[in-house]
Amino acid sequence: MAWFRRQKKGIERAASEESKVRTEGLWKKCDGCRQIVWKKDLDANLSVCPRCQHHYRINAHQRLELLFDAGGYTEHDAGLASTDPLKFVDTKPYDQRLKAAKKKTGMQDAILFGEGKLAGRPVQIGAMEFAFIGGSMGAVVGEKVTRAAERSLEAKLPLVIVSCSGGARMMEGVVSLMQMAKISAALARLDDARVPYISLLTDPTTGGVTACYAMQGDLNIAEPGALIGFAGPRVIEQTIGQKLPEGFQRSEFLLDKGFLDAIVPRKDLKSYLSNALDFLSP
Amino acid sequence: MAKQSSTQKELAQLERRLTELEGNSASGGQVKTQINELKQQVTALREELVGPRGVWQRVELARHPQRPYTLDYIKLLFEDFSEIHGDRHFGDDPALLCGMVRFHGEPVLVVGHQKGRDTKERVWRNFGQAKPEGFRKALRAMKLAAKFGRPIFSLVDTQGAYPGVDAEARGQAEAIASCLREISRLPVPIVVTVTGEGGSGGALAIAIGDKVNMMENAFYSVISPEGCASIMWRDATKKELAAEALKITSEDLLAMGLIDEIIPEPEGGAHRNYQQMGKLLDEVLVRSLAELRGLSTEELLARRYDKFRRMGRFFQLA
Repeated sequence: MAWFRRQKKGIERAASEESKVRTEGLWKKCDGCRQIVWKKDLDANLSVCPRCQHHYRINAHQRLELLFDAGGYTEHDAGLASTDPLKFVDTKPYDQRLKAAKKKTGMQDAILFGEGKLAGRPVQIGAMEFAFIGGSMGAVVGEKVTRAAERSLEAKLPLVIVSCSGGARMMEGVVSLMQMAKISAALARLDDARVPYISLLTDPTTGGVTACYAMQGDLNIAEPGALIGFAGPRVIEQTIGQKLPEGFQRSEFLLDKGFLDAIVPRKDLKSYLSNALDFLSP
Repeated sequence: MAKQSSTQKELAQLERRLTELEGNSASGGQVKTQINELKQQVTALREELVGPRGVWQRVELARHPQRPYTLDYIKLLFEDFSEIHGDRHFGDDPALLCGMVRFHGEPVLVVGHQKGRDTKERVWRNFGQAKPEGFRKALRAMKLAAKFGRPIFSLVDTQGAYPGVDAEARGQAEAIASCLREISRLPVPIVVTVTGEGGSGGALAIAIGDKVNMMENAFYSVISPEGCASIMWRDATKKELAAEALKITSEDLLAMGLIDEIIPEPEGGAHRNYQQMGKLLDEVLVRSLAELRGLSTEELLARRYDKFRRMGRFFQLA
């Protein structure tokens, strides 16, 4: 029991939240050059730093809007969702991770496929969503890519896939690994039928995705400065017990080693793809 | 239907006897104690099969230093082995070997990972972790076999593709990606056997085939249990939990429809009796090859495509 009790109410705090001038989100310190960039400048420049050309990650929807013509696109297989085949639980159950990812991205899984026109040419484009469990590939991504390849085969429709992924989805175990086999076989058929397939690798593309469709294009191209590899840098550092040199596993490194056909800045992507498809189509 | 493992058989037997005894309504005290004993045995066996510790024991068996490797199977099963070296671009990779052999008189190609027996050989063979030149060599040899209509036997036993600086610089991902795409359309029968560790992309690169078999104590995983533990639990000592959660045993894979058959191992594991293991593998290879022999090339390739096409379940929302 207290001896004294406050009789009057204390001074009420003013609702200050709204009265403040909002500055957050207007400016951004560039990850590349550490300069302060006006957010609107960044947005107007396709999320590429106007000063140092650092390419920021864009989401799957933005990517499709960037590549398709103004008429838009029709989405394919939007309703495919994971079944959690292993009932996988680590520190958190996989189905909870799935729910959180769906809420965050508004997507059912980590890839979005659309059919529409690129520079007037009918084409199918897939874009991976890194915000969905690291853009990882499980049964759904595997199935969507395979279906896309089969649709392209059927309709002789050029295929473009924009990769952005940490690799196979661990929480679906060997099922994810087998997606690599499934997709590769479908892309081999596309190859046999001489239907063009272009792979665009963006930051980051690693693991099972790189060792599968990201490296199986008629052309494999990348955005500048993207991290591309099989093993992630941390795993390699653990293996060799040393720090990796600057620029290791970046697009420029891969180009130098002969594993990319071109590095294409974001603003030139559409014209590059258009020209390439001209060359690749009979 | 595939064969069950010996432990599974034992478990099934015990369970049958248990239901028999329990069905016996006129049960005296003696029978009851027998039932209790049986129940304990069944739980212990189940634990041994599917619990974290049980799964981990299997992982250790698959990695046993005395486990037969590709060269041992070559000695046990084949004649006239002559190795094919080099990828014709960069070098020869001792971690993955290929060779022409005779299998019951017939020329076939063998491709397989090779770990070392002693420290010196282990280092030389890079612990069975192939580099890009290894995968390119394997693909070159497999294309050669396809060109002359020779069947291919693939023996998988690797921790994974080598995650090192040189391997990355020479295009580890591209090498594996090419294997996957090209092997999926090679017009000859391919029989794959996971003999020990089926470690992720490094295993899958030579594990696309018309029949995929797994030895009883082999495992097949998208990531090593240690790797999974350190990523998901941020603690490598949780490897046993990770091994169980990843569902990597031969029984798990068979149940998920990802492999075709489990090859039983001698009592206590393949390393206990090379001769017997060789015989068990030989029997399966003979049968697998005979099955595939009857198919035309079109049928063979269509079946291979469908086999992998079916893998992976998902929901179709409205």
